Parts: sequence; structure tokens; C-alpha cells
Amino acid sequence: MLRKRIVPAIDVLNDQAVKYVQFRNPTIIGDPAELGKKYTEDGADELIYLDTTASLKNQDLKIEWIRKVAEQVYIPFSVIGGVRTVEDFKRLLRAGADKVGVNSAAVQRPELLREAAEIYGKQCVVLGLDAMPIYNDDQEIIRWEVYTHSGHEKTGMDVVEWAQQATELGAGEIICTSIHKDGMKNGYDVELIKLLSEKVNVPIIASGGAGKLEHIEEVFTEGKADAALVASMIHYGDYTIGEIKSYLHNKDINVRM
Amino acid sequence: MIGIIDYGAGNLHSVLKAIARLGYETKLITKAEDHDDSVTKLILPGVGNAKVAMDVLNESGLSDYLKEQVSKGTPLLGICLGMQLLLETSEEGNVECLGFLKGSVPEFKIETEKIPHMGWNQVKDAQGHFLFTDIPNNTDFYFVHSYFAQPINEKDVLGETDYGQNFASVIGNEQVMGVQFHPEKSGKFGIQLLDNFCKYSLIKE
Repeated sequence: MLRKRIVPAIDVLNDQAVKYVQFRNPTIIGDPAELGKKYTEDGADELIYLDTTASLKNQDLKIEWIRKVAEQVYIPFSVIGGVRTVEDFKRLLRAGADKVGVNSAAVQRPELLREAAEIYGKQCVVLGLDAMPIYNDDQEIIRWEVYTHSGHEKTGMDVVEWAQQATELGAGEIICTSIHKDGMKNGYDVELIKLLSEKVNVPIIASGGAGKLEHIEEVFTEGKADAALVASMIHYGDYTIGEIKSYLHNKDINVRM
Repeated sequence: MIGIIDYGAGNLHSVLKAIARLGYETKLITKAEDHDDSVTKLILPGVGNAKVAMDVLNESGLSDYLKEQVSKGTPLLGICLGMQLLLETSEEGNVECLGFLKGSVPEFKIETEKIPHMGWNQVKDAQGHFLFTDIPNNTDFYFVHSYFAQPINEKDVLGETDYGQNFASVIGNEQVMGVQFHPEKSGKFGIQLLDNFCKYSLIKE
């Protein structure tokens, strides 16, 4: 049976792997390819690189570091950040990325998903989806709304409707980040991930909020996620991927050992 | 020298890099004229649509080149879509394929599972083929596909995988073989499998 995936996310700024503290003060933690290789050896199933240079500074995507990753990493990897056109897809895929993620650009022009999927296939089109819950007067969540531009802009769009539309257009996978959970280390937004997993027929990668091993277990069992993104849990040395997988394996979650 | 068929497939460069890193010399073959006698084994990579791929192979003359090489006994490894093209027909665009192995390529229709089949899944060694040398049985490999190979002859099924149903994830014989997963993206055992092809496949006299 298909395994549940553990996917480390690596932020990249100016060709360097960095760590952000509360989305600020980036500190260099190494070379993107070296770090990817280390996580691969440690048991990562796939890697996601978030190119923050392009998305933050509105610059063109740099691809030299992607080539280096492709040379050294023998598992699939996605690149997300700053992708706006089919031409960007082409450049990143040619440089060696297996999948390309789009976020804000797909909200602005959903047809981009269709265009990319028609040329390169759905399997390499990843939708980055940033979500925030909307509450009623009793502080109960009534729905989730889509945000763009690294969580700074509210779109008014419903998360489930957008996910369904995007997958019909051509997204082959969705990375769903809960903005209010991100960096809080108190667990993924299990309710949202479960809802999305039930409503769309492409794999869902849960992102934002992992701090403890139990959180990953919960997003797989209750949230029905296909993959869990991990970042600070491993970058700060709290856990290794090997430890995460051993824990999940002992809890009867189907992971690749 | 390992010849890698270049017909615009997306995973060509990762396959090329993996083979080169193993220490084998490689040569890109974009047309029959690129061939010389130093090329002793061939790899047919592939990502994308069967109809589109076959159109390119037919128009470029690479289909005829592959048929000629296979009839001469040159070992051939198909990867992912490249594996599906080894069979007679594919439902993806209802296209006639290379026909080195008897059988067809239907689409997955499994209500309980998501399509494409994407991620790591286990491969059961069905016959002890040399591709599995030094690879533990039931090792995980990385898959991305919506269609699957259905060989007619059971002896052509070299490896099997369970995704709501059992399907042939490794097919072929001593000379022509194919893997549905991406060995170039399947970590160390994927690289091992590529090495096994390069090391153990022999020109069939």
C-alpha cells in the first residue's frame, strides 16, 4: 500500500538554506543541496524547497541551486515560490525540479494551472494553499478562507471551493498551510486537512503547526493527510526524520522505513 | 556506453545524472544517426502522455531505431512511461506502442484510491530477476502514474505492487525490461536497480 510521506521543507534565500524565526531574521543553515542530501539519507520521502527570495523580493527565480539539488538528491523534490508563468515551470523543471508549486499566481490567474498541467502533466503541478479560519459569534469555525502573498492578503475565496476548482484545472497535489497554526508548534489544523482530504481527490500535504510527534500521527490518522510537512521540528535538531518515522511505524502508520 | 533515448522526456536529465554518477559513460540518442557501436545498452525514460511520446518516437525515427536495436539483441530498460511504451497498446490516447512485450496499458480505475498513484510503494520480486540483485524484497520505490502495464504472459511480470489492486510494476525478460516507478528518484535502491541493469544485462546473441 501507498506510504504516508514525511516531507521536510527547506527555505531558500539567495541560494542558501535559511531558517526564519517568526518569518523574520533569516539565519543561514547550510547549502540547499547538502541539506537535502542529509535529509534524504535520514529517510525523507520527498523535499519541498520554498524559494523565499523570489516571492519576497519579486525577483526572477534563480535556478543554479536547483541544478545542484538535482545532481545530489535522488528523491523527488518540489520548488515553490515566485512562480508566475508556464515559462517559470519550464525553467524549474528543466533545472531538475520534479514538481513546481504555485500559490498567489494561481489565485490571480487560475488558468495557469491548466496550462502547466496540459504541457507537463498534473503530477508536477502543486497548488500552495494558505488558509485562515473564519469564526462565527460563538467562536466556532464556519469555514476557511484563502490567503495569498505569504499570508498577507485575504482573497475572500473559500478554501474547499478553490481546492476543487484548482484540481479540476490541473493541480495534482495540494500543500495546505494553516497560517494561524504555522510556527505555533501546537499541531496541524487537523479539521481543515480532514475536510480537504475528503473533498478533493488529489494528495494533500499538511503544513503548519507540527511541534511534537503526536501532531504528525494525528494529521495522518484523523486528518487523513497523504503527507506531512516538517520544518522547525527537524531544522532545530529536536527530532530526526528517522525518529519521526520510527515513532509513526510503532503507531501502525504506514511509513517507509 | 549506455545510450539514453532523448525524445523530450521530463526525467531524462535525472536518469542521465544517476547513470553518470554510477561511473558509466552515457550518450544521448535523439535520432538513429546518433548511434555508434560503443552504445551497448539503451534506456528509454519517460514522463507524460503515451500518445504524445509515441508520436515523437515515430516521427523522429526513434521507434524504428529501437525496434532494430532490440531485434539485434541490445538490452533495453524502460522507465515509467518508457516502460508502458514497451507493450503493444496504451489506452492513453489509444495508441499503438513499441510492442516488445505482449499486453496493453489500461487506466487505473480504483474507487478507493486517489489517482495518480503517487508516492512510495513496495515492489515484490516475482521471479528473482537480475534487476533486483542486492535489493531486499518488498523495497519501496517512488511511483507517479495513472495507467499501468498489463502484460499478457505471466512470465513477463517481474515485480508486483499493490494499489487497491495488484499490478505489474516491473515487467520484461532478460533483454527488454521496464519499471513503472522512477529508480532515479527512489533513493539508494533505485540507483542500485539502475546499476543492476547496466551491470548485468547482456547483449542477446
